[in-house]
Amino acid sequence: MPEMNLLEAIRQGLDEMMAADSRVFIFGEDVGKRGGVFRVTEGLYDKYGPMRVIDSPLAESVIVGACIGAAMNDTLPVAEIQFADFIAPAFNQIVQEAARIHYRSNGDWEVPLVIRAPYGGGIHGALYHSQSVEAFFAHVPGLKVVTPSTPYDAKGLLKSAIEDPNPVLFLEHKKTYRLIKGFVPEEDYRVPIGPADIKRPGEDLSVFAYGLMLHYCLEAAQTLAAEGVSVEVIDLRTLRPLDTDTILASVRRTGKALIVHEDNLFGGFGGEVAALIAEHAFEYLDGPVMRIGGPDVPAMPFAHSLEAAFMPSPASIAVAMRRLAAY
Amino acid sequence: MTVSINEISASPGFGHDLPAHTLRDMLRYMMLARALDERMWVLNRAGKAPFVISCQGHEAAQVGAAFALSRGKDFILPYYRGLAMVLVMGMTPTEVMLGLFARATDPSSGGRQMPAHYGCRRLKIVTQSSPVGTQIAHAAGIGLAEKIKGGDAVAWVSFGEGTTSQGDFHEALNLAAVHRLPVIFQCENNEYAISVHQRQQMAVASVADRGVAYGIPGISVDGTDVLAVYEVTRRAVERARRGDGPTLIEARVVRMTAHSSDDNDRTYRPPHEITLVRHQDPIVRFVAQLREHGILSEAEEQAMRAEVAAIVDQATEEAERAPMPEPETLYDHVYAPPRPRR
Repeated sequence: MPEMNLLEAIRQGLDEMMAADSRVFIFGEDVGKRGGVFRVTEGLYDKYGPMRVIDSPLAESVIVGACIGAAMNDTLPVAEIQFADFIAPAFNQIVQEAARIHYRSNGDWEVPLVIRAPYGGGIHGALYHSQSVEAFFAHVPGLKVVTPSTPYDAKGLLKSAIEDPNPVLFLEHKKTYRLIKGFVPEEDYRVPIGPADIKRPGEDLSVFAYGLMLHYCLEAAQTLAAEGVSVEVIDLRTLRPLDTDTILASVRRTGKALIVHEDNLFGGFGGEVAALIAEHAFEYLDGPVMRIGGPDVPAMPFAHSLEAAFMPSPASIAVAMRRLAAY
Repeated sequence: MTVSINEISASPGFGHDLPAHTLRDMLRYMMLARALDERMWVLNRAGKAPFVISCQGHEAAQVGAAFALSRGKDFILPYYRGLAMVLVMGMTPTEVMLGLFARATDPSSGGRQMPAHYGCRRLKIVTQSSPVGTQIAHAAGIGLAEKIKGGDAVAWVSFGEGTTSQGDFHEALNLAAVHRLPVIFQCENNEYAISVHQRQQMAVASVADRGVAYGIPGISVDGTDVLAVYEVTRRAVERARRGDGPTLIEARVVRMTAHSSDDNDRTYRPPHEITLVRHQDPIVRFVAQLREHGILSEAEEQAMRAEVAAIVDQATEEAERAPMPEPETLYDHVYAPPRPRR
């Protein structure tokens, strides 16, 4: 089984899906000759040509809007929004159109569309190249929101997303692109959209995360293990639909829950998980449901000192874990 | 590249060589759309239909365009005034009335959307929403997919002149132009976006003037002249199927009603204008043309009106009798079920 980074796993997933099904095409800014600003689509333009790896005009609304139309005309578009920070002009097309077309047509039309968007910070991207946008979109019924954390999951989930008859927002944490490596099987496989994954089993407390924070949580759990605390780390993988069964089963076993995300706390996705646990696992709790998130400032600043102050870290997560374990 | 319709109309012969029965068919669809529309207002004022938004005054622009398209092959994305267009494309009067009454069997949405948000996959009528202009981007994407697949269907999309202020109008026309996509952009310019006049919407005299900014033909046509619209659309379809790219058509129409059943246009439209619009009725005009050329006798016209009235009666009765959606279907079709792999 070859080892590769998360970015290579996504590229391989795209490549294999394009080879297997001529309906799959890529549409976004700089995805062609340049192979994307992060090089995710590198080599695909040469392999599949300009009619399947298409450089779009610099216009996010029509990147998504045109892909919606294309999806309704028997193709399988994979749109790339260059940075999740730039997705706002496409919000109308994603929320009002893609997510509602199946429902509003009473099941007549489908939008099999994948929108890939690199998100997250810690790479000196400042306010407009670091944002986490999942909370805006996880709110929307009709849309699926996927947030892989490992190369294996990223490739398997991407293939599932391309085959899904619904619009899928596929959020790739840009710091994990080259930082996170893992083994990816050579044979064809899928990771289903929906189920969470217990990345580290444990007994004393349950921690829920996704993206880069999942890895920070695993690091913190390792630290806590040395201190004699057994932390279960669960990778949500999919925010919508959410695997409520796995979340609740874990909390009922450990009696303690911590949710970690990089997005700011207020109205963040962690609130939904916390509410779920409070409502359905209240009797099992031995401590408060805790959350760690980015601070409630508009976005992540550029200066290293400010960026570091914004980002949750393995150390800050470990502190919260210790506090929770002490209950 | 803005072309005046006077040049287009220079082609010889009345009716662009369309057979007489086709010309009468065009009129029949215009009359049917009008009769359905008028009945909807009656039903609204009688408290039986919560909302009506009209096609009155736009019939020629839509029927003319529709007859230049290939039914069941070309995609159409009509905005909320597209009643005449969807009738020609195959939606039945009963189906239209099912939408008005929000019945379970409404083909557009099963009673989920407001009336006039047409859609039907079988007929290639693409489902529409209420935020204006989003469908223009979808049309460009349908054209993009068609080009990728190597097919020769076209996407026809309509919108009002107010919608040309939206970013999606610009983004979609630009994309379609860059890639020479088979799309026909029909702006039905009735000079009003609810209450706001075209003068406050754009500084150009004609929406067609904008074509030049995208490097595509922009054609302004009298949208109350069904044959003129047919001819410019026919040429645009030919151009699109040849792979030469999109065309922007401005069909200058009249809005013969208020914006919707919840609007009162007397609060912003001068009385003489409302009277004037009544004298620009595209149906009256086409009847006169057909009469003049001996294609429609008075008896035939009366028979057509009677036939249309009977159809509207029957459609209304059938739709009113149809069941409402069951409350438990509220949760249906949030997500499409997985499909077998190809």
